[in-house]
Amino acid sequence: MSRLTAKFAALKKAQRTALIPFITAGDPDPEFTVPALHALVKAGADIIEVGVPFSDPMADGPVIQRASERALSHKMSLRRTLDLVKRFRQDDQDTPVVIMGYLNPIEAMGYEAFVDEAAKSGVDGVLTVDMPPEESSDLLSLFERAGIDPIFLLAPNSTEHRIRKMGELGRGYLYYVALKGVTGAGHLDLADVDRKVRQIRELTDLPLAVGFGVKNAETARAIGTLADGVVVGSALVSKIEAAAGHSAQALTEIADLIASMRGALDAPDSNAV
Amino acid sequence: MTTVQTATEPYNLPDERGHFGPYGGVFVAETLMEPIEELRLAYQRYMQDEEFVAELDRDLQHYVGRPSPIYHAERLSRHFGGAQIFLKREDLNHTGAHKVNNTIGQALLAKRMGKTRIIAETGAGQHGVATATVAARLGLECVVYMGEVDVARQAPNVLRMRLLGATVVPVTSGSKTLKDALNEAMRDWVTNVDNTFYIIGTVAGPHPYPAMVRDFQAVIGRESREQMMAQTGRLPDALVACVGGGSNAIGLFYPFIGDTAVKMVGVEAAGDGIETGRHSAPLSAGRPGVLHGNRTYLIEDDDGEIIETHSISAGLDYPGVGPEHAWLKDSGRAQYVSITDTEAMEGFHTLTRMEGIIPALESSHAVAYAMKLAPTLSKDQQILINLSGRGDKDINTIAVREGISL
Ligand SMILES: Cc1ncc(COP(=O)(O)O)c(C=O)c1O
Repeated sequence: MSRLTAKFAALKKAQRTALIPFITAGDPDPEFTVPALHALVKAGADIIEVGVPFSDPMADGPVIQRASERALSHKMSLRRTLDLVKRFRQDDQDTPVVIMGYLNPIEAMGYEAFVDEAAKSGVDGVLTVDMPPEESSDLLSLFERAGIDPIFLLAPNSTEHRIRKMGELGRGYLYYVALKGVTGAGHLDLADVDRKVRQIRELTDLPLAVGFGVKNAETARAIGTLADGVVVGSALVSKIEAAAGHSAQALTEIADLIASMRGALDAPDSNAV
Repeated sequence: MTTVQTATEPYNLPDERGHFGPYGGVFVAETLMEPIEELRLAYQRYMQDEEFVAELDRDLQHYVGRPSPIYHAERLSRHFGGAQIFLKREDLNHTGAHKVNNTIGQALLAKRMGKTRIIAETGAGQHGVATATVAARLGLECVVYMGEVDVARQAPNVLRMRLLGATVVPVTSGSKTLKDALNEAMRDWVTNVDNTFYIIGTVAGPHPYPAMVRDFQAVIGRESREQMMAQTGRLPDALVACVGGGSNAIGLFYPFIGDTAVKMVGVEAAGDGIETGRHSAPLSAGRPGVLHGNRTYLIEDDDGEIIETHSISAGLDYPGVGPEHAWLKDSGRAQYVSITDTEAMEGFHTLTRMEGIIPALESSHAVAYAMKLAPTLSKDQQILINLSGRGDKDINTIAVREGISL
């Protein structure tokens, strides 16, 4: 059983919702990332998504675009992201790590070299924003052999047919993008999310994480009542940006935000759906 | 009259999922999969719809001014002492470039699909102007994304778009040029998919765009075949077109793909020179990767990050190229060469002074290559250049480069 599958199973047993922070590797600089990952785990994160910076982040809003630009200014890359995960793994063998990014850096590295290196670095899942299942067969078979979980996105307009397909091809969990828009957008409609999540659950048994638009403890808690996991990205990255290179301050602020979300998710009535 | 050579092998790319060999495809985030499928079905349906095709043809004739003429540049031909040079005059279209052939088609499709809002990306501003033009005519809201760098160097076109009622949004992310404008347009589309139609300006993007834009631009090649037969009794020996994303080139090439005796040459922008790294020539100096929804040749670093490109012409300043060109290159059916900024300027001045035709800087790349090719051919051979646009929009750039104050 993969680390992701085991984690969701354990959380389900404990009736807890997975808290999944996202930060961009190398933002604001490469030295920040590994301590930040440990701080997030300590503050209550169950799974971590690490963004691989890309020059053309088409699905991201301004906050994560700027994080990518800061990281790239320090020559962060896919290979270096894997190095950071490897360093994190030296002190943490339990927390699943998913790397999230765009396909081109993987194409440039070569599928086999990438999968090999990712597995050696302790990566558990890979989410490639611009690689729909229709184009992914070569990579999927390599993932399968290496024991890496492919994570697929679902959107408000995903058809029933596509939801089933993702349910079959995905491993670990599915990631529901709660709104039509880019990361960091602010127009989350809980009733819509609720309706779509119910539909998805009827079509697949994979655990379901929900992200895009989760800004604070309240939205985390509201989403947490609907899903198996809550992803928070832009809100964290904004804190890192606002700290403007003061690492100690950034570490405290992202840990505080995650701790407040953890508290909200674990509050007694949050499981009373 | 010699006989027209017809297709020796059937060419029916792309496949159902938009692949040209290993290139093309659909590489987008999940939220765009459904609207892209909706577009694919609408496009398939309306290209077979007699009323749609008739309306498109009427607009091309009465609004754009088609067919565009083919002009025998006799003085230029004599000057080089080689092949006869012909110009397909896309610069004479309404709005001054080939771009309008495509925007008319896509806007009619948008209307049929019930979309009320049009978005577009633009580099030189020609596609933005052509989009703002058709949006004005159809009464559709129009937002054009344009890199901040291009807003500065193509100011006359920015004003034209605004006069036409479009909102021009300067894009400040990344390299602030065409690729970033495309990223921003994609972000808008993902956010407003319900009412918005994205008119992509070249044969790039996810399927069906590369095939759809090609089909709308193929009127250039269809007319050229007939006109060359009528005017000269045979097909040209070589076709020459500049390649940014590749829409004017594929528009000219496509109807000739089966005519294997007709050489097809795409001209990329070598900028300061391929060896300097400051260029926009992915087919000449790039390698395959995935960007903007398709797999194609890209200009990137070893890590797969897209590198800033350079060309004197904003319309060629793009790190990718349409996937069908990637396929035509690999299959050997077309050749791709490159022309530097300096050579393009020579082409610009030569055509302007010898024939009284001021070409766009993009088209000047094709002219400059034809000037190299013509002397190597005999007087009874023929080169057809796609003169994709007129140069009025570029006079500021030229003034700055040549130290002229206006
Ligand atoms: C006059 C002209 N020619 C050529 C191009 C390049 O585009 P494409 O390669 O798609 O024809 C442009 C783009 O703006 C243009 O304005």
